[in-house]
Formats: sequence, structure tokens, C-alpha cells
Amino acid sequence: MTRRVVITGVGVRAPGGNGTKAFWDLLSAGRTATRSISFFDASPFRSRIAGEVDFDAAAEGFGPREIRRMDRATQFAVACTREAVADSGLDLSALDPHRIGVSLGSAVASATSLENEYLVMSDAGKQWEVDPGYLSPHMFDYLSPGVMPAEVAWEVGAEGPVTMVSDGCTSGLDSVGYAVQLIREGTVDTVVAGAADTPISPIVVACFDAIKATTTRNDDPAHASRPFDGTRNGFVLAEGAAMFVLEEYEAAKKRGAHIYAEVGGYATRCNAHHMTGLRKDGREMAEAIRVSLDEARLDGTKIDYINAHGSGTKQNDRHETAAFKRSLGQHAYDVPVSSIKSMVGHSLGAIGSVEIAASLLAIEHNVVPPTANLHTPDPECDLDYVPLTAREQRVDTVLTVGSGFGGFQSAMILHRPEVAAA
Amino acid sequence: MTTVITGIGAATPNGLGTEAFWKATLTGTNGVRELTGFDTSAYPSRLAGQIVDYDAKTHLPSRLLPQTDVSTRYALTAAAWALADAGVDENTLPDYDMGTVTSNALGGFAFTHQEFNKLWSKGSEFVSVYESFAWFYAVNTGQISIRHKLRGPSAALVGEQAGGLDAVGHARRTVERGTKLVVSGGVDSAFDPWGWASQLAGGRVTTATDPEAAYLPFDERAAGYVPGEGGAILVAEDAASARERGAPRIYGEIAGYASTFDPKPGTGREPGLRRAAELALADAGLAPADIDVVFADAAGLPELDRIEADALRAVFGPRGVPVTAPKALTGRMYAGGGPADLASALLSIRDGVIPASGFTERVPDAYGIDLVTGEPRTRPVSAALVLARGRWGFNSAVVVTRHTDH
Repeated sequence: MTRRVVITGVGVRAPGGNGTKAFWDLLSAGRTATRSISFFDASPFRSRIAGEVDFDAAAEGFGPREIRRMDRATQFAVACTREAVADSGLDLSALDPHRIGVSLGSAVASATSLENEYLVMSDAGKQWEVDPGYLSPHMFDYLSPGVMPAEVAWEVGAEGPVTMVSDGCTSGLDSVGYAVQLIREGTVDTVVAGAADTPISPIVVACFDAIKATTTRNDDPAHASRPFDGTRNGFVLAEGAAMFVLEEYEAAKKRGAHIYAEVGGYATRCNAHHMTGLRKDGREMAEAIRVSLDEARLDGTKIDYINAHGSGTKQNDRHETAAFKRSLGQHAYDVPVSSIKSMVGHSLGAIGSVEIAASLLAIEHNVVPPTANLHTPDPECDLDYVPLTAREQRVDTVLTVGSGFGGFQSAMILHRPEVAAA
Repeated sequence: MTTVITGIGAATPNGLGTEAFWKATLTGTNGVRELTGFDTSAYPSRLAGQIVDYDAKTHLPSRLLPQTDVSTRYALTAAAWALADAGVDENTLPDYDMGTVTSNALGGFAFTHQEFNKLWSKGSEFVSVYESFAWFYAVNTGQISIRHKLRGPSAALVGEQAGGLDAVGHARRTVERGTKLVVSGGVDSAFDPWGWASQLAGGRVTTATDPEAAYLPFDERAAGYVPGEGGAILVAEDAASARERGAPRIYGEIAGYASTFDPKPGTGREPGLRRAAELALADAGLAPADIDVVFADAAGLPELDRIEADALRAVFGPRGVPVTAPKALTGRMYAGGGPADLASALLSIRDGVIPASGFTERVPDAYGIDLVTGEPRTRPVSAALVLARGRWGFNSAVVVTRHTDH
């Protein structure tokens, strides 16, 4: 008998929405939270827009030592963990710590702290051979981001497997997929999983400027993230985090937990094509979708909503449109598809988890969030992308996908537990 | 289902290529030396396990050089060796049947240091078009998958020095879920000035100046570790599939794997290393008496060495099993450390010999461990336990065994 895995707690820190409720209010209203970069003077950069989170570490309950020690992404992860655990109603202290795991995704991890420390040690870039006299005692934590899942483990008292899954922009899907495997195989019964990234720093902005992956719609930041729109010209960099409590289904049912959804299937494939490029045919993502459906023992026509990667680059939007058609056939044209990146931007390794949160809330509320800023569809993107306005409809089963640098293509099926039982 | 290792590629400070590494490991050839490349006179620590005889141009196509950090070059080179060793090319198995799961603890750090420098000294327009993917922790997985057309499941895990064993454990899990072959392991390097400084933060790196008395795990003189660079890439494969395709050799089975995390500091609860070892043994279906050698994490700090010795005594009894730490000759290679020890463990099984623990001589009696020191020890090896710990509390354990046709 295969052990089933369900999600019973959610915590979110996203642009325009700290906490699950504010996040869902934003998405279901179709509001956007992208804006001109305020964290630093972005005037020298090509793309000057971001999805920034209004995050007050002190108000979140972090003490001065934690604030100094933890990178911003780690703070996001821990804040979301607290929210998710409270939401789950699970008393973690009553569980065997050996049976609790942590799986945290992040693409660029402590980039913000690295850059801050670099500026100090190099005297703002003047010195190539940095001055070790200005070495922070926390510098190793920023060099090697294993400290991020460690902080989450300390927060929840986990002593089972603890890891960071760093698969670039699919990290947030793959970290939850990793957690599902740990519970299914019986290694642990509970995993706190999710992802965090806070990449709004000059070096990361410069990375994407260099390859023209981010948008230059600097005069209209609130409407700059335009997945599937013919006028789109790149993604909007963002920060964010989402964490979840994953439990073995029978245990969750026994304690009367509120179950957001079951993780029915998960698969990842690699395009082995190019570090940043995608082939037009979407075949590896289609394969990941097909395998995740098989694992969930569901036919593609059962999918009520597709939460797309929808980054707002031309190659992505066409690639995944092809992948949906290739894997789902006619149903690709019938099922609503939307990208919440239109509202909260692209938080790299975090976004996969933020999108899982959106998918869970779509099931919870029976509402499909829209693709904001979609006024002039790209003729090559001819599916139902739910433009501008959320749609009320029955949502039992969601497909959420991700695509990332390094060729990662991941797919996950989330559904009400009854769907599998039926 | 049985997962076996059919290919090994090692790139370490004391040997480039699996057999060169193994020979250096058995002869006690030291890879620890004065760090070169920049002026280290202002640093309290100046010894590193540094690869010095690697010429990227002879190993990789020139188009890959501008886009890769030195760590990724080592990883690509080791992966090519491992796949050649396994007799695998991109057409060996059907599409999606070959995947990539590696670990990386430091990212393409020297590369990114250059780009930070360009951004802040010259301006954003000088930042490389490759920075967006040469830096992040998934770079080695991505580059290996592209070069060898591995379209199956892929992942990159981070867990400091324990992550390399986690990658191999996840590779086995991936094989068990249906992917026939997974390229795994880990490689790291960060020997630019900023990377070096960063590794010294936290005070665990030795300030010793004699390369033969620097990284002395389990020695009464232990006073810190020496950072290393490099690692190993392994080919993990479903045993039936390996047999079917006529794999040239099978080094051994990945028989058991487990990982645990230490209790939060200050709780007074027992560290998780013993439990990781016990769980990996249980996963392998073996008793402690079945294990012929333990490749220790060998932190090289008295407190951590004592914790590991306590765990080994608890599992195996006093002096109950030969223990070794050949990583003393390479330094700690972070994500590369565990996979390099796995390579050594598999070669110990092949050759019936246990390598010694570098320059460690005097092991405190209180540790109660049978550390192999001085010369290698000749004895048949059928099963080995490999341990790795990562800073902040990661503990991972892998059991490898001689392959038998079941």
C-alpha cells in the first residue's frame, strides 16, 4: 500500500501579500504587486522593476541576533514555516523529531547577504583581493546555504532528513517533490517543505540584464509582467517564499487535519539542451506532465486548472503552451491556464512553492486566479489563459509546472484526496 | 531492486583520474599545499587541498571554458571519466532513462567573485552573460546533463559536506523510482580570495603551516581542517539494466543510505551521526559486524572527532571496526568529500586494501577506535560504511557492498 501525502499547512510571503489570506486576496482580485525597485538605486540597470515584499523582520518576531545571522531569504523561510505550522494545527513538539524532515528550495540562496558582505570586504569593489579583516563571522553561512534548511529544522525541531534542493527556478516544486518521496518511502511522516529566494540585489539584477531575460517596461512597473501577452518582453524579478506542512494522509486524517490537497504525482525531466534556452516543442515538460499524471493515476482530462510557469519570456510562453498541447491534447484548449507571475513576478527558486500555494488556494476556494496584464494575446499562445479576471469554478485537480535554467522541467498534480479515492 | 555503481571519475588534489587518485590515496601522496593564486600573507590559514596540474583546455571543448567556473570544469571532467568508465554514451539507453543528481555546497564561487568585482568596479554592463548560470548550485547538474544528453530526472542538493552522500542516496531513490541510470556525486571549489576568506569564517580551518601536520583527524594534535577542492562523480545504475547492457564492470552496490539532522544546539540531545549510521545499516539489511571498514567524516576538530568516535563505538563497540580518513590527504572537498570517499570505499572492495588516514599518528585511547594509520591495511572488504557531516548538523551515511548476482 503506497503511502499518500497531503498538505495541511501553508505560509506565504509574497509581493503584495504577506500571509496566505493577503496573498489570496491579491491573486483572486487580479491585482499586481510589481513596482519600481526601491531596495537600491537601480538607475544603472536595464530592468528596474521587481516584485518586492514589504517584510518587517522585527514585526515578524525576529530578534536582533536572528536578523543579523539570517539572510533575508532564511528569514522568509522561517516566517513562512511559523505560519504553515500554525495553520496546520499540528503540535510538532508532540511528534518524534526523528520522523520530521525539512526540504527547502532556493536558487540563489543568500545572494543578498553575499553582496552586502562583498561590498564591505572589497571596499565596494575597489579591491580584488578582499580584506579578511572585514570578514563577518556569518560569512560561511552565506557562502554555503545549507544553513537555510538548518534554520527551518531548528525552528520545528526536525531531526530526520534535512536538505536544500537547489534546482534553479524549479527548486520550489522540486523541494516539495523531494518531501513527498521522503514520506511515501516511509523515511519520515511529516516534512516541512517549501522554498525561499530574495534575489533583488544588484548582482542578480545584473545577471538577468546581461542576457536580456528581464523586462524593460520600466515606465509601467505595475503592468510589466505580461505572460502570454504579445507585448511581453521578459520576466519581472521578484522575491518570495512559501512553506508547507506535508503529512502522511492517514495520520492527517486521523487527527482531523484540514487537508488542502493531496500531492498525487510529481515528476521532473531535463531538456539537456541549453543552460538557459528551451526547445520550442516542450517535449521534456510534456513528459514530466505525463509521468506525474501516471503517478497520480489520473487522466489528463481530470485537470481543472493549470498553474503555468508563465514567466513572460517569449520562449517560455511558447515552450509551455506546446508542452500542454503535447501532453493533454484537446484538453489543453479546454482547461483554464494562468500565470500568477503576472501579479507577483518571478521569485526564481521560490516561485514553484508560491505557485503550489496558489494552486492549493484555488482548490480551497474553487476559484482560478487570472493572468493579469493579458490584453493582446500572442497568436502563438492560443489557450485559455484566464485574462485579467479570476474565474469561479469547481477546482478539484490542479497541474502546476515549472521550468528553469539548467534545463529542469517539473510537474506536480495536486488534488482533493477524494479525487483519488473515487 | 539493486542499485550499483558502474563508473567512477575522481578529480582531487592528490590525483586526477580514478586510478591516479586511488594510487595517491594508497601511497599517502599529499594534496595539501600552500594555496597559490593570490597573496595569502594576510590570512591566518594558508594551506589548502589544491588541484595544481589540471589544464582545462586538455579536458574540455573551448566553448565551455568562458561559461564555467573551475568547479564546474572539474565536475564535467570527472563526469566524462565516470561515463567512459561505465561504457556509457548518450545512446546507451532510451530517452529519459538517464538522469543527473549532484551536490554542490559553494556554487561557481570564483567565477561569481569576478562578476561581483566587474559589477562594482566597472558597471553592470560588464557582467558576463554566463553569470546567471555559472554561479548557481544547479550548474554542475545542468552542464553534465547537457554535455551527455541526460534527459531523465535531475536535481541538485545542498548540505555542506554531507550533501554529496545525499546526492548519491537520491540517485539511488531515483533509480528505484524507475530511471535506469543516474550520474551522481559532487564537486566543489572556492579558492579565489573571497571564497578563501569565506571558508575561514567560523574558525574551523587549521592555521597550521606544515602540510604534513595540518589536517590530522582523530589525532591528539587535531586543530582544524584543511579546505579542499574537487570531488568525484559516480554512475549509479539499476543492476539488471547494467547487466543487460553489458556494463564493463560493477564496483559495488549502494546497499544503504540514511540522513539525519542534529538536535538544535543547546538541547543536550545526542547528535544524529550514530542514528544515520544505524539507519543506513538497517536500510542495507546488515549488522555492524558485516561492515569491514568505515570511511569517517573525520572533521579534524577535537570536539567533532570525539562525537564521531562516540558514535562509532556505540555502533561497532570499542575498536570494533577499522576506521579510516584518507580525506586527510585532500582536505575537505565539501560536496566532493562524500563521493570521493565512496570511490575509495568501492576501490577498497575491489582491491582488498584499506587506505590510511594521512598523517594522523596518535589517536587518544579514549576515542576507542581502530584508525588505520601509517600504512594501508590489506584485508578483504565486502562492505563499507561511508559517513559525512555538514556544518550546522547534517549527517549522512551510505553503505556500499560487493556486488553479488542475486
